Amino acid sequence: MGVITSFKQNFSDFFKKLFRKKNARIGIYGPPNAGKTTLANRILRDWTGDAMGSVSHIAHETRRARRREGVTIKANGHSITLDIIDTPGLATKIDFHEFMEHGMEENEAKRRAKEATEGVIEAVKWLDNLDGVILVMDATEDPYTQVNVTVIGNMEARKLPLLIAANKIDLPESSPSTIRDAFPQHPMVAISALEGKNIDTLYEEIAKRFG
Amino acid sequence: MKMQGIQMDLISEEKLAEMAPVEKVRFIIDEVRSGKILVLEKGLTPEEEASLIEMTMTLIDPDGFSGIEMESYPSKDDTSIFGKILKKHTVRTRLTVVGPADQLKTLKKDRNMISALLSAHK
Repeated sequence: MGVITSFKQNFSDFFKKLFRKKNARIGIYGPPNAGKTTLANRILRDWTGDAMGSVSHIAHETRRARRREGVTIKANGHSITLDIIDTPGLATKIDFHEFMEHGMEENEAKRRAKEATEGVIEAVKWLDNLDGVILVMDATEDPYTQVNVTVIGNMEARKLPLLIAANKIDLPESSPSTIRDAFPQHPMVAISALEGKNIDTLYEEIAKRFG
Repeated sequence: MKMQGIQMDLISEEKLAEMAPVEKVRFIIDEVRSGKILVLEKGLTPEEEASLIEMTMTLIDPDGFSGIEMESYPSKDDTSIFGKILKKHTVRTRLTVVGPADQLKTLKKDRNMISALLSAHK
């Protein structure tokens, strides 16, 4: 009897694996200090109960991509299970002196810079392995940065869905409308990942765009 | 009196079109590391921009090269009649400025204007 039960279970597992739909892989991208990991933490805390990684006001705190598989988001009658990849901040330059301005010793600053360059390379390589991107922009900054232009261009060239999260709307100087005007061809949600402001609207858009 | 300053090369669309993507990226990075500012008439594709960022990161040296400053206008979809008839999705790349990060600084950028500051002093 045990043998038959075991056979049935193995047979069932085999077919589940064979026909299981792959989760969409969604990368969280953006320049350093836009709030990518804060958003990843917010999403994971809301839907899984834990966090993705540490955050800091010093740029390039995330220097390795982190993946969390099977995050189920339910919103507005839609349900979607995603693999979420929190990527290191993209940049075209990394100067260790900037870390020293935050009080780091030279050796530590150089090590952080070296790790940051490796993180950027990893983030660029991930672009080839995604099904969609949440591009986090700092709504207090100029949206026409090269990083934003390059990420958007790459998603458009690959015909993959892109959702812009205009972050930091808790700050009085934020201007999400500037981001909407800059990239009107893509959906945008104004949020505060830190305070959770408007986060339910973001979940609705995630379920709609990546489902 | 000997004139001092920064060399700025304006690269035509034709010159870039002759190169394979990997050659373009190598050419740009070599020129920029030697201290030149490049203005590319038609810029790079998004994939080439990503490759340029990747290669830049591999060459950053704490005691020398700190990276590049690159500014391009957002690319546009090709809306030509031929493109529509053939239903071919192509991207029109646009003017791009690239230079060493310690000599070129973008002051302001919007959809149709890039304002930058050049410095001769490293």
